[in-house]
Amino acid sequence: MTAIIQVTKLSKEYRIGRREAAYGTLRESLVRALRNPLQTLGGRAAANEKLWALKDVSVNVEPGEVVGVIGRNGAGKSTFLKILSRITEPTSGRIDLYGRVGSLLEVGTGFHPELTGRENIYLSGALLGMKRAEIQRKFDEIVEFAELEKFLDTTVKYYSSGMYMRLAFAVAAHLEPEILLVDEVLAVGDAAFQKKCLGKMRDVANHGRTVLFVSHNMTAVNQLCSRCLLIADGRLVMNGKTADVVAAYLQAGSGGGAESVWQDLRRAPGNENIKLHAVRVKSHGVIKSEVDIDKEVEVEVEFWNRRPGARNLCVTIYLLDSNGTVVLSTGNTPAANALPEEWFDKPHPEGLFRAICTLPANFLNEGLYYITVYVVTLGPLAVEVEAPHVLSFRVFDTGVLREAGGGGNWPGVVRVRLPWTTELVAPQAIPSAPEQQIAVELKD
Amino acid sequence: MMPAAPANFSKPLITIQPGKRWPTLQWRELWAYRELIYFLTWRDVKVRYKQTLLGGAWAILQPLLTMIIFTLLFGRLAGFESHTGGVPYPVFAFAGLLPWTFFSNAITTSGNSLINSVNLITKVYFPRMIIPGAAVTAGLVDFAIGFVLLIALMFYYQMTPGWSLLLLPFLVLLTTLLAVAVGMWLSALNVKYRDVRFAIPFVVQIWMFLSPIIYPTTLIPQKLRVAFLLNPMTGIVDGYRAALFGKPINWIELAISTVITSFAFVYASFFFRRMERGFADII
Repeated sequence: MTAIIQVTKLSKEYRIGRREAAYGTLRESLVRALRNPLQTLGGRAAANEKLWALKDVSVNVEPGEVVGVIGRNGAGKSTFLKILSRITEPTSGRIDLYGRVGSLLEVGTGFHPELTGRENIYLSGALLGMKRAEIQRKFDEIVEFAELEKFLDTTVKYYSSGMYMRLAFAVAAHLEPEILLVDEVLAVGDAAFQKKCLGKMRDVANHGRTVLFVSHNMTAVNQLCSRCLLIADGRLVMNGKTADVVAAYLQAGSGGGAESVWQDLRRAPGNENIKLHAVRVKSHGVIKSEVDIDKEVEVEVEFWNRRPGARNLCVTIYLLDSNGTVVLSTGNTPAANALPEEWFDKPHPEGLFRAICTLPANFLNEGLYYITVYVVTLGPLAVEVEAPHVLSFRVFDTGVLREAGGGGNWPGVVRVRLPWTTELVAPQAIPSAPEQQIAVELKD
Repeated sequence: MMPAAPANFSKPLITIQPGKRWPTLQWRELWAYRELIYFLTWRDVKVRYKQTLLGGAWAILQPLLTMIIFTLLFGRLAGFESHTGGVPYPVFAFAGLLPWTFFSNAITTSGNSLINSVNLITKVYFPRMIIPGAAVTAGLVDFAIGFVLLIALMFYYQMTPGWSLLLLPFLVLLTTLLAVAVGMWLSALNVKYRDVRFAIPFVVQIWMFLSPIIYPTTLIPQKLRVAFLLNPMTGIVDGYRAALFGKPINWIELAISTVITSFAFVYASFFFRRMERGFADII
């Protein structure tokens, strides 16, 4: 069978560093031209830094395949999907697509808050590439999937965010192109709806459609994709069975273990307000990727604040087990901090901050754990940094629970020493009294 | 759900490559997306007067109020009313203001349309020209509503149009084309230089005073007439008046407008297509 997607030596270069060069005002361009006429005439590209967001990526996808695309933030996954969906052009290389393409890079593309649910179904459907007749045919199905029959003629701005997401995904889920490109849209919505969406995606895959699925949700990738592409620093570094690629990503993607440092701010997770600098796992002050089960674990997050006076900054850590299940999440808000919180609502000056969270000893079970870091501004919530699976560490059983009568494996995500009391209640053999007698006694 | 058709194309349906230096104008693709033009126009029309008290009445009020002010200010005070060739000044002004209001609203919304559609441009593909284009066509609805008032005014002043009225559809098409051309050009420039957003109101204002909206073309000195005709709106507005009031049509004026508008449209289309590549990256 011939490939339905043929990507040949695809590259995309971005000019960065001097943001104003791309996004400036006329005055800046004029000033630059006046100050530096030679350079301007000779092509001012020289003044800008360049970054290959994607470099020489070649890959074929067969019809009916569901291929996962994974990689760390900024690795080039989204750029890849954006070029495939023709939102942006490649710098070099070529893609041949042997089918219609539908892309789902966001939930609710083209939704207008002032329009009703019904109107938005048509608008969003048309934007995603559906014909009017097609939308009409699927209209009832879409409404049923979204479970919003009663609110069809309500203006979308009065919807709760959950309702909005349901409607948006329902429209998108009924796209029927031969090639579907999906970017992280399952990251939203409540758990039940996520499950429904995953089910719908699997349906789509089973019907012979070709799907490219970008996600940080390893559980979803594992469930949906037969094959996976791993992209790192703009290059395709691995292309193979999902289980192998996910394992490699989680190992390598976490920087080989207990420390991730971003010396190059351009590559660091974050935005213009906050940039992540480093994430480390330490045990007794030493960076360790293997920690003893009976020792405390310190998770250290360093970030640059670039906006003087920023308030309500919260570092949030998700601790995930090897299946991608979130074991716990925690953050340094005054309410969640067991210690008095020093910084949270105070104005943060520009500079490097370090937040340390201590996980108690005798708490995690043995096995591999991953850390996902967010830095957010609270009220209203703004996600400044999102760094999934930045590092991993392994918890080792030192045998503490085996010393006197402990078994090998204790099932469970956590393995906590809990207070137990045991006492002797009746120091005698089980009385062999007849049942009738008990009944009489109860009557009394 | 129907199973997807197996991909049995001998030729790729879509090939993605770095853009050529001279882009094509993708008319075929625009045609394939014609329904989207309709939907975006419909959205703009629906949304425009949402949460307003007067709703669609604004389509009439805007030119009407301007007409009253102009009648008092320019008709009476400046004395333009004696130069309109016998046409009552309110009708004269309104016949100019109607296409002008359409044109100026169209280039303003169209010029800002791309930067107001960031979420579309960075998330979904379709021919980008549709965005400024639909912003213009959405204004046609207001334009049509305004005509109702014009008919009422002409009825009031007992004016009857002649055969030249048949020219009206062509004039509307010409105005639309010019608005799309200017809108495409401004919107593409706006993506790169946000100065455009602030400059648009001034451009609109100056352009109005340079067009025969409040005064008749006959007031322009003969020496400046040629330069004046380089403004395509001159021929268009004069054309509207001639068509509506049954006056002789100045074909030379109209031909100049048509040629300039066509050039502007072709130039703006190519300009837009060349700028378009960077939209998703720099917007």
